[in-house]
Amino acid sequence: MRSAVSTLGLVRPKTLNDALRAMAATNGGPRLTPIAGGTDLYVSLNAGSPPGTRYLDLWGLRELRGVRVGRAGVTLGALTTFRDIRDHVVIRKRLPSLAAAAAEVGAWQIQNRATIAGNIANASPAGDSLPVLLAHDAVVHVRSVRGDRAIAFSDLYTGYRALAMAPDELIVAVEIPFPAAGARMAFRKVGTRRAQSISKVVFCGVLHARRDGRPDHVRLAWGSVAPVTLRARDAELSLLGALPSPGARDSARAALTDDIAPIDDIRSTRDYRVTVAGNLLDRFLQWTDERYRQN
Amino acid sequence: MKRAPATAKRVKREATARPEPSVAPRRPRNGAAARMTLELVVNGTRRRASVPPMKRLLDVLREELALPGTKEGCGEGECGACTVLIDGRSACACLVPAAQAHGARVVTVEGLARGARLSALQQAFIDMGAAQCGICTPGMLVTSMELLQRCAGRVPGEDEVREALAGNLCRCTGYQKIVDAVREVARQRKRGARA
Repeated sequence: MRSAVSTLGLVRPKTLNDALRAMAATNGGPRLTPIAGGTDLYVSLNAGSPPGTRYLDLWGLRELRGVRVGRAGVTLGALTTFRDIRDHVVIRKRLPSLAAAAAEVGAWQIQNRATIAGNIANASPAGDSLPVLLAHDAVVHVRSVRGDRAIAFSDLYTGYRALAMAPDELIVAVEIPFPAAGARMAFRKVGTRRAQSISKVVFCGVLHARRDGRPDHVRLAWGSVAPVTLRARDAELSLLGALPSPGARDSARAALTDDIAPIDDIRSTRDYRVTVAGNLLDRFLQWTDERYRQN
Repeated sequence: MKRAPATAKRVKREATARPEPSVAPRRPRNGAAARMTLELVVNGTRRRASVPPMKRLLDVLREELALPGTKEGCGEGECGACTVLIDGRSACACLVPAAQAHGARVVTVEGLARGARLSALQQAFIDMGAAQCGICTPGMLVTSMELLQRCAGRVPGEDEVREALAGNLCRCTGYQKIVDAVREVARQRKRGARA
């Protein structure tokens, strides 16, 4: 049953400072729930499970919009939509996995409204952009009336849908460094159908290798295979410094099986997810290895 | 596809809010404002309505502004039946709070025809059999408008149309005729631009 939205309050701040003050105030009651593009929140509201009774509308805050391109990376304002991301020329060129992930979030209608900070704050283990942020060592900038703080994306999730953020903090920006020159990266989402699906497994890999092909930087980030988006750290370690070979790929795959902790749920099964994640890793490594075999 | 009823189009009078329900809406105990005066431009006409700020844009259009062309399908952003353009970009009106449409330019399916004259896109849907039961058609048309605007005179490839319309589900046509109709209009537009 739908929620009675007429009973839900909405605070509409004019500036980010107003928004932060509103987040800080409790007035003895529950805090405000921030709303950005609303594409996930309204699914909950329409299903009759509102996460709160009072909301804070961030959509009109210009301070939270825009993509800043620097020498070392890009900084996305919290309200940057997936449409903005997939259309951005620099992102497409330098962070192709991020552009690819943005193009696979829902469909156009969702991409036009859904925001990067919304995807982060929503903290679904299946969030499409999250493995990309993790694999690229992104940094999340949060702010409250008490000041600014930067949180490494790898430290952001403390458990299932739990964030290392104080209740009065808002995400204001996400900083994503460009991978080192010569690094290879890939994004892959496996769902029930090509569009409009929630992932069974979602993956982003970044790999940089020395001239002899031995990797010196590896990031293997996964969604939908654990309560949080996570890096397969043992698999990464097994690859560091190892000459590309079928044996090295098998070792990484074996390590991956221990790194992840998928479950049976409405979208897939544990076994399917382990197999598919292993296949995705193997394919990614074959692709990155190929380059060194040709050289 | 049936023609949009003329009464639903270009309504000049300001929309008045529906009569207050006999039981006043429950207000949250903390006293947040229950209603806002929403002002927006719908299909080129300035409209105003007094609405709860979290009311879905879909319900504002259908109930307050008497524009029932926009349909509700799934109510969770999957099917695209409620697609409207907000400042030129397609969105599921079932996922948008009224407050976020304040000051925006909204286009619904009622805004595509000029009076009794259907748009080229609507005509192509009819001519090419791209509509069957019709429930998805308003959303299909509106998303296609965004695609055609983005293409700006270029004819999109078949895959491109399918990707653009991936958020509009149709259980009747099998999509091919819809894709064909959209590409046909893009071809017409290209010829028109050259002439």
